[in-house]
Amino acid sequence: MKELVEIYLSFFKMGGVTFGGGYAMLPILEREIVEKKEWITNEEIVDYYAISQGLPGIIAVNVAVFIGWRRRGILGGIAAALGVVSPGAIIITLIAMFLSNFQDNDLVRHAFAGVAVCVAALILNSVIGLWKKGVKNNLGIMLFVAVFFGIEFTTVSPVVFILSAAAIGILTRKVVEK
Amino acid sequence: MIYFELFFEFFKIGLFAVGGGMATLPFLRHLSATTGWFSEAFIVDMIAISESTPGPIGINMATYAGYNVAGVLGGVVATLGEVMPSIIIVVVVSTYLAKYSKSPVIEQAFSGLRPAVTGLIAAAGHSIIKLSILQIETYNLSGEWTDLFEWKKLIYFGVIFFLIRRFKRHPITYIAASAVIGIIMGF
Repeated sequence: MKELVEIYLSFFKMGGVTFGGGYAMLPILEREIVEKKEWITNEEIVDYYAISQGLPGIIAVNVAVFIGWRRRGILGGIAAALGVVSPGAIIITLIAMFLSNFQDNDLVRHAFAGVAVCVAALILNSVIGLWKKGVKNNLGIMLFVAVFFGIEFTTVSPVVFILSAAAIGILTRKVVEK
Repeated sequence: MIYFELFFEFFKIGLFAVGGGMATLPFLRHLSATTGWFSEAFIVDMIAISESTPGPIGINMATYAGYNVAGVLGGVVATLGEVMPSIIIVVVVSTYLAKYSKSPVIEQAFSGLRPAVTGLIAAAGHSIIKLSILQIETYNLSGEWTDLFEWKKLIYFGVIFFLIRRFKRHPITYIAASAVIGIIMGF
């Protein structure tokens, strides 16, 4: 029970400071779950993002359930999912109740513009870390470039890139072995 | 019963929207057209509010829509409905993954997936940089390259990036400081 509460509170904290969806949570997960609590490794987080991208559902919630499940099975997964959605749900409810034009407030706009710059810098920092750990050869560089430009300049679903990259990983290793 | 309907409709969204928060948009529009619970204009408001509040965007939109249909309990029910499929699906996938994670095929698949996901995240970062630092519209109007950047923000981006690399504090520290700086500098 104590561990379930810890899982819930960790994800509550992370959900409360994630602005802008699934990928914006990555730098916070790296710090909280990998470095501080040492629940899983950096590679595992990336793997969970990869699978979550291809599964139905909200990415941040999927990643949370993966990590919660690793700690304490199904109950751990439920605790993580509820934790990550609680702060947003509470804040949104309060805004809907009291502040219908809250996003037109100047102070709010300036604060969020500042946060957006920070989130951009945090994600860039995470990408550098992921590059060092996950992109180990020319094939990796090619996959990175293909996905980056594919997402930027086409409307092809990320799911297609994820499935293709997995297939290429499996096929090329086979070629090398022979 | 409205709560049951809300749960069921958002359960469906959680079950079929592949690819995260914004992937739920087409479903919300469909919901607006078929149920009349909210208007198309309401969806635009919902995106703005969901993006500028903490938490996963898809979930925030569910809470906001649910609240407007049936009050606090409506928000809770819609949120739980959208989360439920994730829990079921990920628990099933985790169980299989744990069983087969040592298999060479899975390891090879991940050797291809890791650089691809790095590319996906880099693209997400790039679009956030575009939105937060560049002013594409002003640039298109004037054609002056000096109008392409919001200089105050670009400089702050450089500063905060340096601090993140140098001091490695908790991201919460940088996020909170940036909210204050955004207000002081009038971003």
